[in-house]
Amino acid sequence: MQEYSYASDKEINKSLLKDVLGMPKWWLAAFGSLLLVWLTGMGAYGWELNQGMGVTGVNRPVYWGFYITNFVFWIGISHAGIMVSAILRLTQAEWRRPVTRAAEVLTLFSLIAALTNIAFHVGRPWRLYWIGPYDFSRGIWPNIRSPFVWDPSAVGTYLIGSTLFVFIALIPDLAAARDRATGFPRKIYAVLSLGFRGTPRQWKLQAVAGILLSALVLPVFVSVHSIVSWDFAVSIGVEGWHSTIFAPYFIIGAIHSGVSAVAMLMALMVWLWKWDKYITPDHFDSIGRLLIIVATTWFFFFALEWIFALYTMESAEIALREWQIFKNPMGPLFLVFMITSYFIPVPAWLFKKVRRSPMGMFITTILVNVGMWLERFLIIVPSLQRRSPLEFDWGSYAPSIVEILLVTSTFAFVGMGVLLFAKVFPLVPIFDMKEGVRLRDEIQVGRRSVPATIRE
Amino acid sequence: MDGKKWGMVVDLDKCTGCQSCVVACQSENNIPINDEPLFNQRRAIEWIRVERYWEGEFPNIKARFIPVFCQQCDDAPCEPVCPVYATYHNSEGLNVQVYNRCVGTRFCANNCPYQVRFFNFWEPEWPESFHNQLNPDVTVRSRGIMEKCTFCVQRIRRTSRDAKKNGTSVEDGDRALNPACVNACPTGTLVFGDLNDSESNVAKLTESELHGDHGRGYHLMEDYGTNPSVIYLKKVDEDAELEEAHH
Repeated sequence: MQEYSYASDKEINKSLLKDVLGMPKWWLAAFGSLLLVWLTGMGAYGWELNQGMGVTGVNRPVYWGFYITNFVFWIGISHAGIMVSAILRLTQAEWRRPVTRAAEVLTLFSLIAALTNIAFHVGRPWRLYWIGPYDFSRGIWPNIRSPFVWDPSAVGTYLIGSTLFVFIALIPDLAAARDRATGFPRKIYAVLSLGFRGTPRQWKLQAVAGILLSALVLPVFVSVHSIVSWDFAVSIGVEGWHSTIFAPYFIIGAIHSGVSAVAMLMALMVWLWKWDKYITPDHFDSIGRLLIIVATTWFFFFALEWIFALYTMESAEIALREWQIFKNPMGPLFLVFMITSYFIPVPAWLFKKVRRSPMGMFITTILVNVGMWLERFLIIVPSLQRRSPLEFDWGSYAPSIVEILLVTSTFAFVGMGVLLFAKVFPLVPIFDMKEGVRLRDEIQVGRRSVPATIRE
Repeated sequence: MDGKKWGMVVDLDKCTGCQSCVVACQSENNIPINDEPLFNQRRAIEWIRVERYWEGEFPNIKARFIPVFCQQCDDAPCEPVCPVYATYHNSEGLNVQVYNRCVGTRFCANNCPYQVRFFNFWEPEWPESFHNQLNPDVTVRSRGIMEKCTFCVQRIRRTSRDAKKNGTSVEDGDRALNPACVNACPTGTLVFGDLNDSESNVAKLTESELHGDHGRGYHLMEDYGTNPSVIYLKKVDEDAELEEAHH
């Protein structure tokens, strides 16, 4: 059922490298406005560094707020890359081809955005490197019992893996760009393409490296968000956090938001770069079907988490859940979270018309990510402002303008990253598209001939 | 060291809620002035605080006071979550905080069920006239790090050092050893000492009140399994119990 463009190699090269070698009209305006948003956020961060954490909304007992929520959110988005490029590659889903690189690039920048959130969050970011086993002169190793030491190792592994992944897949395209660029960019592409000439041996090595990396990076698929969930799950005495279901629940939530973000990016690629020849309604249809499964699995885990929590009938747990659903302002937020993350998108995706339209997918997937951001917020903050036994220490949380600006700036940062990448490197993998064309053939099924992918 | 385990007994039946322990602590440990805006931000730093609860129903109602401070738990939830060992357990049973190591993740504070860990949201400030009042034995903590009750570790250290120098041993109930709050308490609510020394007041009180048949002793929020070094004593008020049950 996969329809591919019947473009020749020449056309593919030309259309996918057009905006790399040239400059699309809208690009500067888009990049400039994102840069402005990001710089505003960095200004706010400067203020926070200058004044102290007091300029944020966190307090006692709500010591974690928007930044940690945003950290978990961006780690979630980063699961897009691993889902699309590793899982779909190993399961040989053909529709992945035009979006693998976009997903990986999204992963790369969302991981960096997530890490910046940690710098926003801690009291002394200039000492943050102490979390790593680095400063030997201090004579102290990091405490490996702490999830905050597991986090950087998991995220660091993921960051290195993703960077390698992007780079390996980029080599043939860099060579293509090198052959067409002139002047200074040509020199840069020449260095980056590592002397790729397209010999059979080079192709083989490149393909093997890609498959190996996608297999090796698979453990990260389960480790990263499990570890992020343990930031919460290892806590004692914080109702709503210390749940054993958290690791799988967070992973599937991450895939839900990550794959949604990829679908959103696909729509943007169709609109901004006019790649509708490569990203067809069929691709949206496929990712829509995948999303239905992912979202429903996520909902299953969400329901399990609630059932496990309420099954004990502990008064503290019940009080927290009541607080999450029925009290202001968490109640309305919970409603928005439920509707946007599941009850609008999934029924909508059941309709082929929605699945096949970029606009339909764009709106529903944005809703999913609004919902998933709220999900993290509703796990983190209400649990901290729970009705603990010591009544004197009940408190609430409202984000300050600094936190809002900084959270917004991370979105601008990821947007900027993807735009910049697409300006310098081809965002749709050229060689992968050509490979798709090569493998495509028609096969006879009964009296009809249908397009199919032929492999040896 | 020499097998000490510092502990505290808090006799709630004696507490009048006078807050002198709070004032003593603030001045001993260089804690910044908690003004009204700071309280409203919920960012006041109070290593020891007196919580007030109502027991019973009107007209048979009683105000109850609980001084809450770091419980120096043996199985402290704050310790394993600190990525940089800014908080760890020392050989004298104290849960100590190393200010210089702290990067301010605030993980420990989230994990503390007693909520006795405090974050320096702002740079601490004192009026000009207070600058000579600061205790030279205690670090002034900068913004961005956690702090909490230390059982006045500087006093424990000084007394132990002096005792070693003079060839004597640390005496139980020595006012130079006792934390500031214990010295300031007018009713003798707070008792401090070495739990491993069976002759000390805290050990005797623990023996009779916590392990004895008709003891009033309990640990705060015992069901979290944190094994605190602080024991609270409280006679169960049967009138209030009845009222509560009736209600």
